[in-house]
Amino acid sequence: MAERKKLALIASQGTLDWAYPPFILASGAAAMDWEVAIFFTFYGLPLLKKDIKASVSPLGNPAMPMKMPFGPEGFQNINWPIPNIITSNIPGFEGLATSLMKKTFKNKGVATVQELRDMCVELEVQMIGCQMTMDVFGFKKEDFIEEAEIGGAATFLEFASDSNVSLFV
Amino acid sequence: MRNRIPNIKIKIMADYTVKQTLDCSGLCCPMPVVKTKMAIKKLDVGDVLEMISTDPGAMPDMAAWARQTNHELLEAKDEGGDVYRFFIKKTH
Repeated sequence: MAERKKLALIASQGTLDWAYPPFILASGAAAMDWEVAIFFTFYGLPLLKKDIKASVSPLGNPAMPMKMPFGPEGFQNINWPIPNIITSNIPGFEGLATSLMKKTFKNKGVATVQELRDMCVELEVQMIGCQMTMDVFGFKKEDFIEEAEIGGAATFLEFASDSNVSLFV
Repeated sequence: MRNRIPNIKIKIMADYTVKQTLDCSGLCCPMPVVKTKMAIKKLDVGDVLEMISTDPGAMPDMAAWARQTNHELLEAKDEGGDVYRFFIKKTH
């Protein structure tokens, strides 16, 4: 068999919406027999924790549609304009927005972030946690799934140096 | 975009027997290719996998997947009503 293609990803965001792209691309590439590594850094690092608690909010995220995951299709397709005064001042709004988003994903047949990460583990995607971010934000290796490795810029760059595709998410 | 998808047809329809059927109905990208990969891994060389998907994106994605993995996409059928049926032969 010809030499495997390589995909090098940096996951730098930990919100629910931004957690998807690296895991989707990584599992997709691994499914095509590519060799894949994801480098989790800054706010992306919590995606390596055993229990992923990613949330999402329309606050400061004006392109995010607010959809209701129930009722007739026409109702579900409405994009509710929620003023910032509500998204920033109502306690628990972020939790509500997150659960509505998760329900919408589920209704549409989108896998959860956790499921996609499990697929990545099964397909032997290499997952590297950023040592510097761990020090800065106080993470320990024990906080992460056991498949996680620890490394720094040089670790990622060495892998990325002969990758076919390299993306920063 | 959808016009560019080659209409892959096998010459003799009854030329293969399906070893396993994988139902990916209701699943979105990237699950059809991921589950196909996992199913193919467990089959023997020469076996044919049938995969059913309801994701319109599976048409271009399965074609790309087959080109990348060098498994043979014997047939990719748009059966209408957002049902797509694929026959993949494990080649290595």
